[in-house]
Amino acid sequence: MTHPTHDSCAHCGHHHELRVEDLGVRYRELYALQNVSFATSCGACVALIGPNGAGKSTLLKAVAGLLPIAAGRIWWRGTKVAKWSREIAYLPQRENVDWQFPITVRGVVRMGRYPQAGWWRPFSRADEAAIERAIGLMGLAELADRQISQLSGGQQQRVFLARALAQEAHVLLLDEPFTGLDRNSKAALATTLRDLTEEGRLVIASHHDMATVRDIYDEVLLLNRRAIAFGPVAEVFTEAGLVATFGALPAAGKEVA
Amino acid sequence: MIHWLLEPFQHPFNQRAIVAALLIGFTNGYASAFVVLKKSALKVGSLSHALLPGIAVAILVAGLNDWSVFLGSLIAALLIGLGSLAVSRGSRLDQDSALAILYTAAFSGGIILLRRIGVAQEMEGWLFGNIMGLRDGDLWSNFWISCGAMGVLTALHRPLLMTLFDAEVAATLGVPVRALNYLLLAVLIVVLISSLQAVGCMLALGLLVTPAATVYLLTDSTNALFWGGSLLGGLAAAFAVLAGWWLNIEQGPAIVLVLGVVFLLAFLFSPKYGLLRRAPAPGR
Repeated sequence: MTHPTHDSCAHCGHHHELRVEDLGVRYRELYALQNVSFATSCGACVALIGPNGAGKSTLLKAVAGLLPIAAGRIWWRGTKVAKWSREIAYLPQRENVDWQFPITVRGVVRMGRYPQAGWWRPFSRADEAAIERAIGLMGLAELADRQISQLSGGQQQRVFLARALAQEAHVLLLDEPFTGLDRNSKAALATTLRDLTEEGRLVIASHHDMATVRDIYDEVLLLNRRAIAFGPVAEVFTEAGLVATFGALPAAGKEVA
Repeated sequence: MIHWLLEPFQHPFNQRAIVAALLIGFTNGYASAFVVLKKSALKVGSLSHALLPGIAVAILVAGLNDWSVFLGSLIAALLIGLGSLAVSRGSRLDQDSALAILYTAAFSGGIILLRRIGVAQEMEGWLFGNIMGLRDGDLWSNFWISCGAMGVLTALHRPLLMTLFDAEVAATLGVPVRALNYLLLAVLIVVLISSLQAVGCMLALGLLVTPAATVYLLTDSTNALFWGGSLLGGLAAAFAVLAGWWLNIEQGPAIVLVLGVVFLLAFLFSPKYGLLRRAPAPGR
């Protein structure tokens, strides 16, 4: 798969490809994913679409290096992804985050510099600058010292994006980023994800709202334990493709649960 | 009145008890922040009970001395902690059930054994603490345990906090999550052992949860949680030792009771999260 419009990371000037080959992930005896293959690269915004239990979260976690791979390979920039990588950021579902944890917005963003700073080393000036830049880019400067439960859903999502930016990640993996957001926050987040994509990052998100797929994403991976289809939105996000994925056509404009 | 207030400071065993209370309370208070953030109070409580059979076996095998008790209780808690993990992985039982079975069985065995090996009069001390009975050697071993535990916890503060906040995100940032979880549990066991002589294995959990839990109701700052917990733990424990002397009540339960009262006050009157002060903040 090539991307004629933007095939390089603008913020680093190289072509970066993520290639998943025949991926299989197993929980004990049960395969959560089998025979998943696709390839995409920096500068693309990819939607993972499929019913509940289709393995969307599993795929995101596998690419993030969180799960042992039972079959196949994941390549990022020509290197096998075996464990974590600083260049790949994972953003958990909002409902899986402990928002009561006594930590501020800045505290979460600072965690993104852990790969650079390590276990003990105080943050360097470059680290601090990256943290403040990320907070600024996500429009959180005024909120930086707030405890994270005192934010709206959209702001909470931006905190984790800011952490990924501080990490200087090339690949952003988002699990259900739009779930639970109000209409304005959804629109704002869509714009943010587009901006990050245009900047040359690779954004991959699991997505439920069929009505907004065409506005946000460049490419779609239809998933139901196996890869049903992958390609540009116009080619893959079709009635036939959705029927093949869901068994029936999900109602347009509604959130598919 | 003055004489009554100052009297406890004149006896060497009281001075030792006060120093020990400060030390143990401080370390437990710091560690309690991890217990609260990890939401693992019950698991730690089970492990505190698991210390008792270790003490019994250690006395039986090596006689009663500082290091036999330390090693015996450490090994017992580790065995029961790891054993519960093995049972839950090897059967359809969850780990909490496995832990409950193992620690109650081991605790019962410990009680029976302790009664048989002729230290029955000390039984109450192991269960509820005997801070007045501390010797200089106990104070020193407590000091070194506290130094070691505090050293490890403060050195690993950054990756530990990331693990507790979100283990998956921490793992994607290169934090060795599983190893740190085991290490944290091991350090918490050591801290439990350090408070054994002060509050006993029945009450150790109170000292290892309440301080930071109280501060948690008062602040959103992580630093305040850790150092506030330490201060509260140390001061409350020392105050309880004095109060125990003034009012002639047992010091071990007094320590946990004082902490409980402070917690209740925070629960009711905390400006931010207190039950009686919860005015709906505007714009939230």
